[in-house]
Amino acid sequence: MAQVNVKDLDIVLGGNNILKSMNLEVRDGEFLVLLGPSGCGKSTLLHSIAGFIDVTEGQILIGDKDVTWADPKDRDIGMVFQSYALYPTMNVERNMSFGLRVARVPKAEIESRVERAASMLHLTDLLKRRPSQLSGGQRQRVAIGRALVRDAKVFLFDEPLSNLDAKLRSELRRELKQLHQQLETTMIYVTHYQVEAMTLATRIAVMKAGVIQQIGSPDEIYNYPTNLFVAGFLGAPTMNTFRGKLLQDNGQTTFVGPAFMANLSSYPNAKNIQTSEVIVGFRPENINLTDGKTSTNGNSGRISLIEPLGPQNIVWLTLTDGSTLSAVTDTQWHGKVGETISFDFDSARASVFDAKTEQRV
Amino acid sequence: MTTSAIATPSVAKPRKQLLTPARIGVYAFLLFTSAFFLLPLYVMLVTSLKSSDEVRAAVLFAWPASPQFGNWVEAWSTACISLACDGIRGGFWNSVRLVIPATILSVFLGALNGYALSFWRSKWGDVLFAILMLGAFVPFQIMIYPLVAWFRLGGFYNTYWAILLVHCIFGMPVLTLLFRNYFVSVPQELFKAARIDGGGFWRIFLQLMLPMATPMIIVATILQITGIWNDYLFGLIFAGKDNYPMTVQLNNLVNTTFGERRYHIDMAATILTSLVPLLVYFFSGRWFVRGIAAGAVKG
Repeated sequence: MAQVNVKDLDIVLGGNNILKSMNLEVRDGEFLVLLGPSGCGKSTLLHSIAGFIDVTEGQILIGDKDVTWADPKDRDIGMVFQSYALYPTMNVERNMSFGLRVARVPKAEIESRVERAASMLHLTDLLKRRPSQLSGGQRQRVAIGRALVRDAKVFLFDEPLSNLDAKLRSELRRELKQLHQQLETTMIYVTHYQVEAMTLATRIAVMKAGVIQQIGSPDEIYNYPTNLFVAGFLGAPTMNTFRGKLLQDNGQTTFVGPAFMANLSSYPNAKNIQTSEVIVGFRPENINLTDGKTSTNGNSGRISLIEPLGPQNIVWLTLTDGSTLSAVTDTQWHGKVGETISFDFDSARASVFDAKTEQRV
Repeated sequence: MTTSAIATPSVAKPRKQLLTPARIGVYAFLLFTSAFFLLPLYVMLVTSLKSSDEVRAAVLFAWPASPQFGNWVEAWSTACISLACDGIRGGFWNSVRLVIPATILSVFLGALNGYALSFWRSKWGDVLFAILMLGAFVPFQIMIYPLVAWFRLGGFYNTYWAILLVHCIFGMPVLTLLFRNYFVSVPQELFKAARIDGGGFWRIFLQLMLPMATPMIIVATILQITGIWNDYLFGLIFAGKDNYPMTVQLNNLVNTTFGERRYHIDMAATILTSLVPLLVYFFSGRWFVRGIAAGAVKG
């Protein structure tokens, strides 16, 4: 168990500066998720920490050890890959014990470690099978088991659930979370699925183009995104964003947009916002739909689409200026396409960004 | 099958005409091509079983009145090759002594090269590979004289080691290509996982990659066994008198005449010489196809 420190890391691959002066501190025992779109550098960062990519500048420390130039096997890490990477010619038991046999660990110790990992992952009955005789979920468990037996200080996961179907994915996700609760080891997890990030992480680091945009707990990232990119990356359906002006008048802060107005006085620190050109964002679940008769603020739109999800509905409105708004309603709500309906916002949970810098204000 | 008065042609199922002109054409072509390859084999077989009189009678395709298997025995153990009259068995054992180590060594080296080139990428790896491939396209006859000169300088010209080395060298381009293409389809993540587990260059090769490459090893072995066994030129030039492979001995046997040409013995010796590659193909032909297919589609 150890913390991981990345200091001023520069990675250049094929002439491209993938990571520039990357600084990251992974705390001891936490589950850090590197989240971001394809090509943002999250896998590169993970593979650099693992030791597969040469560092151009900077340092990597695992625990107190400087591992910047250490071989992967000397870094006390365990790694789980997207394609499981199991040794096809060996059975499960030999797959899991390969690393220990290389390190010449005594046989009794190997057996006990393999047994312990196998029972933790429900693999005890499968020890004599070959990878080709296992299902996808079982294979991934074996891959996790192989990393587990190493008694590593840090576990690295490179999109391990991406090759599994949806049901298996959520099942294994829960098992991973339980594993982390049980072992309390430091884990670094790369994914582009926000659901995995939200459910698994102690902290999420959202990355874009090699730069960490924001790092914080799932709650922080979701409710207080520092910029427009982070706001738009998490949340399904995406946060509704609108450009407009912010008016401060007598202690009242009002957002005036092309299609509606919103009272933002309950937004934290609303009075101190200096800029007047803003982009305001409301998550679909923070929008309340009221029927045409009881509108109090003049905001209305026409229902263009309703997506029933089961426990909720997503309602899409077309506003007076042609822009769209999505709102999430519970099953009690009823409405029809074509109806005009009014809406208001839970302004305390809104996000306001400077229109030029796209940073949160 | 019972027929009744009711089964008239109009009730019968319409059947496609079996003998269309196109079909006849295809079969004719196939028959002709097969004959082209099989007839010489037939002549060889038949001649090798004839007695001397029947050979002199020179009826090419005639089946012998009574097959003389003694011809084969004579070709094996008593036929004369220049001055020695010990048959072609010496050549057989020379070939065996050559083919087995040469195959094992060249396949091992080819696999090692392919493995190193696909996983342990280094700056010069690709350049080396390009040079190796270039070597595959140069006609090997060009390289004979320089090789002879070097071996003579090294003092081991016309020895067993010379011919062994030559076969290993000339197998390198094709085998490296074969294995490199196979290993390229093995996911890098497997290699990375093995490195995290502490595997070094040799351990990953011997315990992981080589077992995985079994189909390719079979293909490479078949290629090498048949290629090295059938080789004549290198055996003639580099092996030296004591190590002449069976092909060279065969040529010498055929050219050793005491007045009459003993075609039946010559044919018997030829059959004996080609027996090994033939059997290899018969018994492992499907592994060859399977191996090529497995290399193409990684499952």
